[in-house]
Amino acid sequence: MTEHDIEIAVNGTEHELTVDSRTLLVHALRDELGYTGTNIGCESSTCGACTVHLDGDAVKSCTLLAVQADGSEVGTVEGLADDGSYAPIQEGFQKEHGLQCGYCTPGMMLAANDLLERNPDPDEEEIREAIEGNLCRCTGYQNIVNAVEFAADEMAEVAADGSGEPAGSD
Amino acid sequence: MGIETITSDELDVESVLGSAVERREDPALITGEAEYTDDIQRPNMAHMAVLRSQYGHARIDGIDTSAAEEMDGVIGVYTADDLDVPGEIPVGWLLDSLRTPVHPLLAGDVARYQGDGIAVVVAEERSIAGDARDAIEVEYERLDAVTDPKEAVEDGAPVVHDDLEDNTAFDWEIGDADETDDAFANAAHTAEVDLTNQRLIPNAMEPRATVAEYKPGTEELEVHLTSQNPHLHRQLMSGVLDVPEHKLHIVAPDVGGGFGSKIHHYPDEALACWCAMETGRPVKWTATRTETYLTDAHGRDHVSHAELAMDEEGTITGMRVKTYAGMGAYLSTFAPAVPTYLYGTLLSGQYDIPAIHCNVVGAFTNGAPVDAYRGAGRPEALYLVERIITLGAREMGMDPAEFRRQNFVPEDDFPHQTPVAVEYDSGNYEPALDKALEAVGYDDLRERQAELREEGRYLGIGLSSYIEACGLAPSELAGQLGAQAGLWESGLVRVHPTGKVTAFCGTSGHGQGHETTYAQIVSDELGIPYDDIEIVEGDTDEIPQGMGTYGSRSAAVGGSALATSSQKVVEKAKKIAAHQLEASEEDIEFSNGEFSVAGAPERSMHIQDVAAQSYLAHDMPEGIEPGLEETSFYDPDNFVFPFGTHIAVVEVDPETGEIEFENYVAVDDVGPQINPKIVEGQVHGGVAQGIGQALYEGAEYDSNGTLVTGSMQDYVVPKAEHIPRMETDSTVTPSPHNPLGVKGVGEAGTIAAPQAVVNAVTDALQPFGIDHIDMPLTNERVWRAVNDAPSAEDGGSEAVADGGERAEDEPSGSDEGGEN
Ligand code: FES
Ligand code: FES
Repeated sequence: MTEHDIEIAVNGTEHELTVDSRTLLVHALRDELGYTGTNIGCESSTCGACTVHLDGDAVKSCTLLAVQADGSEVGTVEGLADDGSYAPIQEGFQKEHGLQCGYCTPGMMLAANDLLERNPDPDEEEIREAIEGNLCRCTGYQNIVNAVEFAADEMAEVAADGSGEPAGSD
Repeated sequence: MGIETITSDELDVESVLGSAVERREDPALITGEAEYTDDIQRPNMAHMAVLRSQYGHARIDGIDTSAAEEMDGVIGVYTADDLDVPGEIPVGWLLDSLRTPVHPLLAGDVARYQGDGIAVVVAEERSIAGDARDAIEVEYERLDAVTDPKEAVEDGAPVVHDDLEDNTAFDWEIGDADETDDAFANAAHTAEVDLTNQRLIPNAMEPRATVAEYKPGTEELEVHLTSQNPHLHRQLMSGVLDVPEHKLHIVAPDVGGGFGSKIHHYPDEALACWCAMETGRPVKWTATRTETYLTDAHGRDHVSHAELAMDEEGTITGMRVKTYAGMGAYLSTFAPAVPTYLYGTLLSGQYDIPAIHCNVVGAFTNGAPVDAYRGAGRPEALYLVERIITLGAREMGMDPAEFRRQNFVPEDDFPHQTPVAVEYDSGNYEPALDKALEAVGYDDLRERQAELREEGRYLGIGLSSYIEACGLAPSELAGQLGAQAGLWESGLVRVHPTGKVTAFCGTSGHGQGHETTYAQIVSDELGIPYDDIEIVEGDTDEIPQGMGTYGSRSAAVGGSALATSSQKVVEKAKKIAAHQLEASEEDIEFSNGEFSVAGAPERSMHIQDVAAQSYLAHDMPEGIEPGLEETSFYDPDNFVFPFGTHIAVVEVDPETGEIEFENYVAVDDVGPQINPKIVEGQVHGGVAQGIGQALYEGAEYDSNGTLVTGSMQDYVVPKAEHIPRMETDSTVTPSPHNPLGVKGVGEAGTIAAPQAVVNAVTDALQPFGIDHIDMPLTNERVWRAVNDAPSAEDGGSEAVADGGERAEDEPSGSDEGGEN
């Protein structure tokens, strides 16, 4: 197995590590770097539990090689909260009871944030479409949709206040 | 937009019970701090992989492990011959004359389902373990397979276990056959249907996992496990591994969903433990999604024939049911109870039926073992009941809502004894039905349905008036029925000298929000602020005894254990307070945490101060021990029986078979709600799984026993766009059986939804004379049903124009096109 030295920044912290060619990004994050907030549900790109941000875009880290992330910025659930205060998306999930077992939640929140960056005011259908690659077996999705709407409203309010970037929206 | 949550500092001490306080579980889960089993690392940890049979049925003529053993980083490779443990997975529920073939940890001579374990590898890295597993060579001799439960018990079917030639695990019945036959002999009208309740795959998002660590110094085996019931796992694994219970420490850390699939004890868990003891290394095993498809205990798998007898007026006089229940290749932990006591006992539904008889044949097949999956037996029962009731109404030409109302157990007939052994605790079925009818605007909908039909559009309204049995109990009864465990729950409430509380419960949540709801219960009983109360569960060292979380038992049984312990704490604290306030105990009043002397409210003491005094113990009443903590083992008197009515409104496109939801309304009566937001969430999730079964999900084996729905690409776990927005509401009928009056809600949606949807779709397709389509109602199945419909020969739209012509030989059809 060929090994590679790579550099990735996770939530703003630089890491240098050596990985096998075949090591997946999700395993590098979880097993090598200890970012276990990112979960694995299927390892086949269908469930979305492993969704992280790669240079700002939501990607499934189970079908990306760690070497492909060399030199990139990775955002995980651990980076959402800023100085102990929740990002709007986290607040939304808590307030709207958008989670039960919480296993899908990190990936779900990162997928939702990606949507909100592209479309700050999505309607219900757009939300459901945007999270179609993220499966949740517990919630029936309704409260997840509500959580994303909550975050959108919250972010719009922050933006209207002119205080710039809302916390943790990476 | 549903119920609004409040934060804990907005909680009013007087109404902490019943408030939609935000879950205290969430902060760890939304920040990534939560610790699931696969997150756990141990120094020097090794990894296990399991080689599984690729065939559904095959003789194993040889296993060559040499290539695997030689690989760098491989610590050990083991087959059935290497295991020196008692080596059998036990059955936790024994029926009379149940046949229990040996369920080995690894298949030795014969693999009986695809996924049956054949060998395990322990290696330095997860990836090496996988590589080595793939390097093991197995010589198979393929055998014929059988996967349909009805075919399995027919003459000449392939035999799953050599010594059980008829593939029959049990032949069980309930109810009175003669009385039921009489009812049919005297019936004015009858309805009948053949239906299947298809095999389902639970698909908790977190795959099963185990981290086992053996400490030779103390001879203790510590196991972190994806478990819904660590104590039950301890009990079963103690026998399998021959490790005494007090040396087995089982922890369920954060668990990413279970839905029943994490109740049972699987070979993989015992194997990881055995490997840890054998190698002296901590060992981790985590299932891949493929493994969860192949080996998580599947659910349902019934093939049934149901009949309903009615008199002239449409009053039900009898019901007869014959069911073939697939058990898979081996009997899983609670498997024998599911299609028997959890199924047959609910066949009376919400109805007053004088005579019922049900016969269930449990069949071994070459499929994964079948066991409890969300609802367990009850969804199978209520699907059947609510399908045949709908067909009964159609036979009578009655509106399905009115037919139900006419046959409901009347409000003044509780407790109600059914002919299938159970006594319903409390109920009042009409208000829930009425609320649901009102919410969908039933009368208008029926009018609109008729108008739309004129335009060639097919709206369908499906009712489901379900009942559920939760909080399985009492232990004595469970024992008589064959349970190999009690069904009580333990709760310990410890008030610390600071007045803060830690409460421990033997249940084990995995997404249900116990830490929140239990803290609400304890806060309410003790009058101690919610934020001062912490809940601990899921660890056999923290709380010595327990039974776990399944069958919607946690609030009714676990919550009651905590309420009982809290009440004992208050009793003791009252004695101490009376003594210190120099009053007699009878004169002490207790309210919102404050003990005060009747008539002299200024003489008072808060329970948190009493706690401090109890540990100081300088001034205690005679005979009272220091400290303030109490334990109880709560064993309920009876089950609790939640109920409700769900209504699905759909539009079906007969040209494409597509089904679109117009509305979904759920009115549930789960007794008083501890936290209405959490109740709502449970209903949403349950309904989603029920809709999943109705429209999308189904495990399919081919004739060789190969699972053709073995991945998320082939088995539809519903996505966001598959599940409609739903409206929830409730009525409240407390249970007289427990101190909180609560019932249970975890499975309600899954029990109610499938037939609401199937009834809606078949209602829409009445003009085509379609009375039944087996789940899942995929577009293709619906389209085929329309094309094969008797009236389709003349073209569907003509059938509509003439008011829905019916085929003469339709057993349950009526000329009028049923209720419409
Ligand atoms: S684990 Fe990556 S999509 Fe499922
Ligand atoms: S909350 Fe459990 S899978 Fe989404």
